[in-house]
Amino acid sequence: MTRQERIEALKREVRERILILDGAMGTMIQRYKLDEAGYRGDRFKDHKRDLKGNNDLLVLSEPKIIAAIHDAYLEAGADIIETNTFNSQAISQADYGLEDIVYEMNVAAAELAREAADSWTEKTPEKPRFVAGAIGPTNRTASISPDVNNPGFRNASFDALVEAYTVQARGLIEGGCDALLIETVFDTLNAKAAGFAVEQVFDELGVVLPIMISGTITDLSGRNLSGQTPEAFWYSMQHLEPFSIGLNCAFGAEQLRPCVDEIAHVAGTYVSVYPNAGLPNEMGEYDESPEFMAGLLEEWARDGLINIVGGCCGTTPEHIRAIAAAVSKYKPRRVPEVAHKLRLSGLEPFVHG
Amino acid sequence: MSNGAQNFVMVGERTNVTGSARFRKLIEANDYAAALEVARQQVENGANMLDVNMDEGMLNSEQAMVTLLNLIAAEPDIARVPIMIDSSKWSVIEAGLKCVQGKAVVNSISMKEGEAPFLDHARKVRRYGAAVVVMAFDEKGQAESAERKFEICKRAYRLLTEQAGFPPEDIIFDPNIFAVATGIEEHNDYARAYIAATRRIKAELPYVHVSGGVSNLSFAFRGNERVREAMHSVFLYHAIKAGMDMGIVNAGQLALYDDIDPELRTLVEDVILNRRPDATDRLLEAAERYKGEGAQKREVDLSWREKPVDERLIHALVHGIGTHMEADTEEARRNAERPLHVIEGPLMAGMNVVGDLFGAGKMFLPQVVKSARVMKQAVAYLMPFMEKEKRELGLADHPSAGKILLATVKGDVHDIGKNIVGVVLQCNNYEVIDLGVMVPAQVILDTARTKKVDIIGLSGLITPSLDEMCHVAAEMEREGFDLPLLIGGATTSRVHTAVKISPNYHKSQAIYVTDASRAVGVVSNLMSPEERPKAIARVREEYRSMAESYARGQADKRRVALQQARANKLKLDWARYLPPKPSFLGTRAFTSYDLGELAPYIDWTPFFHAWELKGTFPRILDDDKYGEAARDLYEDARTLLNQLIEERWLTANGVVGFWPAASKGDDIEIFTDETRAKTLATLHTIRQQMDRDKGKSNLALADFVAPKETGVSDYVGGFAVTAGIGEEDIARRFERANDDYSKIMVKALADRLAEAFAEALHEKVRRELWAYAPGEKLTNEELIAEAYAGIRPAPGYPAQPDHTEKRTLFALLDAEKATGLKLTESFAMWPAAAVSGFYFSHPEARYFGVGKIGRDQVADYAVRKDWSLAEAERWLAPILNYDPKLIAEAAA
Repeated sequence: MTRQERIEALKREVRERILILDGAMGTMIQRYKLDEAGYRGDRFKDHKRDLKGNNDLLVLSEPKIIAAIHDAYLEAGADIIETNTFNSQAISQADYGLEDIVYEMNVAAAELAREAADSWTEKTPEKPRFVAGAIGPTNRTASISPDVNNPGFRNASFDALVEAYTVQARGLIEGGCDALLIETVFDTLNAKAAGFAVEQVFDELGVVLPIMISGTITDLSGRNLSGQTPEAFWYSMQHLEPFSIGLNCAFGAEQLRPCVDEIAHVAGTYVSVYPNAGLPNEMGEYDESPEFMAGLLEEWARDGLINIVGGCCGTTPEHIRAIAAAVSKYKPRRVPEVAHKLRLSGLEPFVHG
Repeated sequence: MSNGAQNFVMVGERTNVTGSARFRKLIEANDYAAALEVARQQVENGANMLDVNMDEGMLNSEQAMVTLLNLIAAEPDIARVPIMIDSSKWSVIEAGLKCVQGKAVVNSISMKEGEAPFLDHARKVRRYGAAVVVMAFDEKGQAESAERKFEICKRAYRLLTEQAGFPPEDIIFDPNIFAVATGIEEHNDYARAYIAATRRIKAELPYVHVSGGVSNLSFAFRGNERVREAMHSVFLYHAIKAGMDMGIVNAGQLALYDDIDPELRTLVEDVILNRRPDATDRLLEAAERYKGEGAQKREVDLSWREKPVDERLIHALVHGIGTHMEADTEEARRNAERPLHVIEGPLMAGMNVVGDLFGAGKMFLPQVVKSARVMKQAVAYLMPFMEKEKRELGLADHPSAGKILLATVKGDVHDIGKNIVGVVLQCNNYEVIDLGVMVPAQVILDTARTKKVDIIGLSGLITPSLDEMCHVAAEMEREGFDLPLLIGGATTSRVHTAVKISPNYHKSQAIYVTDASRAVGVVSNLMSPEERPKAIARVREEYRSMAESYARGQADKRRVALQQARANKLKLDWARYLPPKPSFLGTRAFTSYDLGELAPYIDWTPFFHAWELKGTFPRILDDDKYGEAARDLYEDARTLLNQLIEERWLTANGVVGFWPAASKGDDIEIFTDETRAKTLATLHTIRQQMDRDKGKSNLALADFVAPKETGVSDYVGGFAVTAGIGEEDIARRFERANDDYSKIMVKALADRLAEAFAEALHEKVRRELWAYAPGEKLTNEELIAEAYAGIRPAPGYPAQPDHTEKRTLFALLDAEKATGLKLTESFAMWPAAAVSGFYFSHPEARYFGVGKIGRDQVADYAVRKDWSLAEAERWLAPILNYDPKLIAEAAA
């Protein structure tokens, strides 16, 4: 299949059923218990800075591990897998002194995921598999001052974010992704910069990929870190005409439900959710069982809230298998007709018309 | 509001430096904490959206926008609401868009520069994720009629939805709310046109919204808050019914439609809906009764309103308050036996107080001109009554204190100073016949004879006008006139009048007048039968001795021979310098340049000088003596400036050109193209001939361009700009409204804008077009102090005093076609608000004065220009180091 055919297939499949997204990459990598040398592999054995914990680098230093994780999720029933590129942009990689190879990382990550997905599409042609290029939030905030005494100060500019995201998006697209997933958005302005960069790269390369967006809610008041409500967040991102909008990470499915509900009612596009396996316990581990999590998500499917579902931190192929089984009997959420109104936002939504 | 308009979106306007003086001051003072409080109050008072505008000349608008938006982002109770990023500058809008996480509104974009930039901005707005306000503004200007407003919006709608991917619900049209009841007939239909256009937009362009800045509407009633509120309320009542669904309004200051006094409501409605031709007059008249009763917070001392009518008239004149003038004049007229007695009584008494205070230096020119405006309006009010009385009783005209004819001489177009003199004289009961600009000698003399004037006054600004004044004086002599001849204007001087003009006219006397403040004293002496002979004798004696000492001084001014001066030219090291190449060769026009972009470049100091407030801006605002007058003047100027920018009263056109060039002696050859084979034109420059100290060169502009023989590829640029297209129409409108104050103000502002345009364009040239200083970042103060590299000398000014070089410049630029400017026979540019000159890029290039030159250079220059010696002497008269007449006599 060509990319265009895969994109058509994705748009067809999402109308038919609830699509399954993969689970956590980090949780799976942890199982390999890699040490500093394990992260470096052969290629980076002489790199001047510590590389342990730079999961994204494994697409170059230990590609087999990443390929195996993709394969496990595809085997468990994932329709869409995410590239291992959550931190693969210059701003985050600068911490490791690897900002110069981010393009290569993204291309390699996309190719790995592509290969894994294509081999499963071949095995189960009735269930084509897709690759979403993961674009994380970076480790900086464009709307919040890191200095409490100087609220007007910013350590990340829109322009710098656009520059970093441009390289990442180019790598992901040229590496063969079917969609781009701007995810774990804690600061909406960062995500707007990502969207800005992505659209510029679309223009530059003459392609258009579906854009998926997923925000994250950071406290129980139901707002993201930069203070927006889910509806306000949707209005801020609506101009990208995304393929899907949704939420991920943060806390478990139980606490996330009202926020998902809010988005599902206003968004004139598909809704995605991939929660954590509950809240971390005192050991920093996520311990919701696959059955428990699948049970919660089944309710959402039954209530017609979701189109795409998967897992975030702490989830494993077992979780995905259980979730896929649980939601398979329900029809996907119907995308509502949204009236033509002026929909603006500050931290809160404003609708007029 | 009781308008059934719960769904009307109020956009807070207090965080707008152009709309709120208080907010502007806070931002100028860098007091962002207080500015945030203003924003907070807006939201607390129910603003659905926060309009942030930092378009103020003195500000770095991008930075101010970013600073405030970042601070707002840290205040959850303000950041709650969407932001409207309001600027006429795209760079400010873009800087703002990069700071907001929410979905904002951009206010505004338009098609004024055509479809391509419009679409480009629209696509970017969309990409940044904002909705957009689109002004009804296209290549032809701002739409005034309902028809054009709609057509522009329709065209924009198509482009936005079909080509820029804009969802129609994200489009907000602003079909321009302009001031009504201004006294200018063309403005009467503005409100109705807005409402009609709104109705069509909402009916035919699905899902869009209509917005507008409401406070513009009542601009004519500044200070009368009750009437303003009523106007806003009535306007909104009708506009909302027609579909307006959003507005920049001060929510706290909106009267309820039903609460408005029914009489006032009807009067206002007549104006808004343009229901009767006399609606403005009727509202103006009634407005008096409602003044000061509104929600106006500022305390105005109205105790003077308690006094008897005569005292009220005097108070109004002295303070330049026009609002009660007609009512008070009417009251005085009823009390008086004859309408004339009102003029001779309280009005003249008031003007005498003004004259005394002015004479004593307690009042200043802008205040006097304001008083004159009130006086004129009162007289205009009385006029019909006096005409009627005259017809009924067969009376003769009221004799004035004297009749003065004023004119700007042939070939010259500058008239601000002359207009001020006219106003001041009228204040003192002189009848002024103002013939305007470019007046031929014959017209001046014929008019003086038929109108039986007592004194003639001539004005001019450019140097060739000096010669024309000598001509007028000689003609007066020839035709047997014996009237005093007053001389004034920027290049005129006592010495020139004494030495050059006075000898042409013996039957009476040519008298130089320093400035408008002196004019009254001079004229009153000349009008008194006893004083006139004494005054003339005094001047004559003074000028005779002045001419003598001038002649003695002349002999002392040593000039070196041209050859020697040339040998001491500035020798630049061309072997080690590579001249920068401009980004294009040939010309590029800048038509309908955004006046809003020019305003920050204004150098205000000369503006205050034009009003005879001598001092440096901004210090003059706090000056002990002039401060108060200066502040009032500045406030009025900023208000008018904003209005003329907002409503596009003036059009600014400019053209820039660059050509390959090489110096050849004191000339500069301009080539058709980079092959440098064919000469397109030759520029002539003039060399200093003063006796220079060692190490100092005798400069000519040609020194700054690489000589042909060096083989170095160098370039010269040229420009011509005007900000005065439309200036005359506006001046005439104000004149018809008896408002000399605004008339002079508009002209002075147009002048400033033209200079600002030249400055802005020069910066663009240095940074982009010639790009020899791409990284340059200078403040307006540094620009005024000429802290930049390269120069832009103008023909007719010290570095090249020959005005005729403008002909070459204009031909190279095809400037008449590109800008609409015309050159008069004396090479003044018309309209007068214009600047032209050449660009030199060499880092050593600097401004200098040629000074007086010797006969050898004049002869040489004549050959180069293909002139006779006499022609050269005429055009170079102001810089001759000798008297051609004496030489001619000696030769004879």
